[in-house]
Amino acid sequence: MDMNSFSPMMPTSPLSMINQVKFEDEPDLKDLFITVDEPESHVTTIETFITYRIITKTSRGEFDSSEFEVRRRYQDFLWLKGKLEEAHPTLIIPPLPEKFIVKGMVERFNDDFIETRRKALQKFLNRIADHPTLTFNEDFKVFLTAQAWELSSHKKQGPGLLSRMGQTVRAVALSMRGVKSRPEEFMEMNNFIEIFSQKINLIDKISQRIYKEEREYSDEMKEYGPIHVLWSASEEDLVDSLRGVARCLDQCCKATEKRMSGLSEALLPAVHEYVLYSEMVMGVMKRRDQIQAELDSKVEALTYKKADTDLLIEEIGKLEDKVECANNALKADWERWKHNMQNDIKSAFTDMAEENIHYYEQCLATWESFLASQTDLHMEETSEDKPESH
Amino acid sequence: MTENNFWLKKIEINVSEAEKRTGRNAMNMQETYTAYLIETRSVEHTDGQSVLTDSLWRRYSEFELLRNYLLVYYPHIVVPPLPEKRAEFVWHKLSADNMDPDFVERRRIGLENFLLRVASHPILCRDKIFYLFLTQEGNWKETVNETGFQLKADSRLKALNATFRVKNPDKRFTELKHYSDELQSVISHLLRVRARVADRLYGVYKVHGNYGRVFSEWSAIEKEMGDGLQSAGHHMDVYASSIDDILEDEEHYADQLKEYLFYAEALRAVCRKHELMQYDLEMAAQDLASKKQQCEELATGTVRTFSLKGMTTKLFGQETPEQREARIKVLEEQISEGEQQLKSKNLEGREFVKNAWADIERFKEQKNRDLKEALISYAVMQISMCKKGIQVWTNAKECFSKM
Repeated sequence: MDMNSFSPMMPTSPLSMINQVKFEDEPDLKDLFITVDEPESHVTTIETFITYRIITKTSRGEFDSSEFEVRRRYQDFLWLKGKLEEAHPTLIIPPLPEKFIVKGMVERFNDDFIETRRKALQKFLNRIADHPTLTFNEDFKVFLTAQAWELSSHKKQGPGLLSRMGQTVRAVALSMRGVKSRPEEFMEMNNFIEIFSQKINLIDKISQRIYKEEREYSDEMKEYGPIHVLWSASEEDLVDSLRGVARCLDQCCKATEKRMSGLSEALLPAVHEYVLYSEMVMGVMKRRDQIQAELDSKVEALTYKKADTDLLIEEIGKLEDKVECANNALKADWERWKHNMQNDIKSAFTDMAEENIHYYEQCLATWESFLASQTDLHMEETSEDKPESH
Repeated sequence: MTENNFWLKKIEINVSEAEKRTGRNAMNMQETYTAYLIETRSVEHTDGQSVLTDSLWRRYSEFELLRNYLLVYYPHIVVPPLPEKRAEFVWHKLSADNMDPDFVERRRIGLENFLLRVASHPILCRDKIFYLFLTQEGNWKETVNETGFQLKADSRLKALNATFRVKNPDKRFTELKHYSDELQSVISHLLRVRARVADRLYGVYKVHGNYGRVFSEWSAIEKEMGDGLQSAGHHMDVYASSIDDILEDEEHYADQLKEYLFYAEALRAVCRKHELMQYDLEMAAQDLASKKQQCEELATGTVRTFSLKGMTTKLFGQETPEQREARIKVLEEQISEGEQQLKSKNLEGREFVKNAWADIERFKEQKNRDLKEALISYAVMQISMCKKGIQVWTNAKECFSKM
């Protein structure tokens, strides 16, 4: 997806125009532009890792300069994501690309993997930049602007890693309790995200499979054209026709390659991002449930007078605020996320449809021109000697 | 209709039906086979109406018998080939089973094509056995066998021997043989790749069908996006199922190519016959030359050639002049006979080359016409496939953009 989202999409229906108006609020106000590029391999005695160059351009006052260039590695992105989750437990933080690739990769870093990761990292940072709340996060600013040593020292401040590692037993118990008292609207949200997650995972698999099938088709097509050229070498009259067919097949092969690359540019990364996004959302739901559960357990303690009532009432008051904040934050962000999801999915699939239309149009043109060249000559030949056909 | 006016009228031949039958084979075991209905119609010139004149059932093995007969009696003709006995060059969805209805259907068309090719051949169409094949259901097999054609057939071994040893075949036939080898090789290769391409194309289309189901399930939880998803899913299903017809059409194209793959073998058969005749001629000439030389030596008394008689004469004493005269006389008779034979073999050989080459020229023109048309029809198929694709994806795009 284009980082500079000023270029408007061609409206195809009144409905999509309405959607556009809503969405394009953000590009007009966009004052933070981020690119991720130039992956570089670093080898030390302990490890090998990749860093990416991050360039930030901004007109915001709170930034010391209007342009920044830093290098970051995947670990740094993980750190940023952790800090954002900590600061905003019920906001939907964008997903990071996976740490490892599951299926058959010999080297950890082959070119395709790095490129896919680079694009996803860029998306990650831009999503944060576009988020009304997250964009002003302090750690985000540090991530974009600090030099390597500054970042290391900044990382050492604040709560340790342990506080964020996985879910403790208590947290699990809390979240289960939170589920029981979950308000209706969050029940709906949860149902939605569970089914959505299932479906988007299936769509991800299907799309990957399509890519694989197209690649195999393209491989076979590469052989198909040349055989006709080979044949033409032993013929006299048929040379033109055979070479013509060979040309068409080669063109169609090229068109297939283009279709495939379109798929891997647009549809595949978009769908895959939402596979990861749906996991993020489910995490957010859990965290909300946990916050709710904390409140509920204190309320229960008050009911059974298990501890000092005054203290409890004060704590409950704080927790009630916390719950209200969390719920509101989530509600707002949910609406925003859903809206974006619809647009992104719509755009990804519309792109795919476009790619296919373009593919078939190209193939059609090449075969039609072959046919035209043949039938001009064919008119002259008689078919009197042909046997009667049914 | 009598044999004579069979050929005066224009005829139409149809292999119109195929039927599964059970019977007993030569070893009295039960077998299942397919029988084909052949209908022959004569067409009135004046009003173009056709009248059914003959209708009978034949099975594949009888077609084979007919063709083998034609091969023996018309060795100078490029005899049209039969459709394949077993399904080859199949891609995964097609079954290689001979009883599969699609295979039977394509074979029916192939057999009809064979009969039409024979019927439109200026020489083959006049053959009596062919006429009886179309008109006499019972007893036809016995009639063919009575011609004794199997005995007349050249042995494979003889033919192979001739191919290796012939010294001076007509260059055109040597070239033709190379051409037919190349043709066979390149068409086989093409058919194999085509089958693989078809397989892959099938995969691409069918996987899209999975979208349909998932979109439909997803649309259940969506409010605004639901309709768009649902209808887009429907188009994905349409796309996925469109490949079946597309590939079925392509099978007919593959069959057209296969016919010429098998024609290559027919061409080689004609070349082989020429080589056999030429070799025969060379052997006869060689034999004649050696006899002439023997005769000369006996007459002049010089011994240059080895002969057993000469050897034994040396060992056991000279032969008498009377004995020598007798031998010379025998040789002279043999030489005279040999010269006659050589003359007629020469004539035969030249006739064969002339007639064969005429048919080969006819065949070449037919092949160029047919293959060009086949390639054009392939282009037409591709165009149709592209148009369908554009249609479906345009519809899908509209649904997506309404989501």
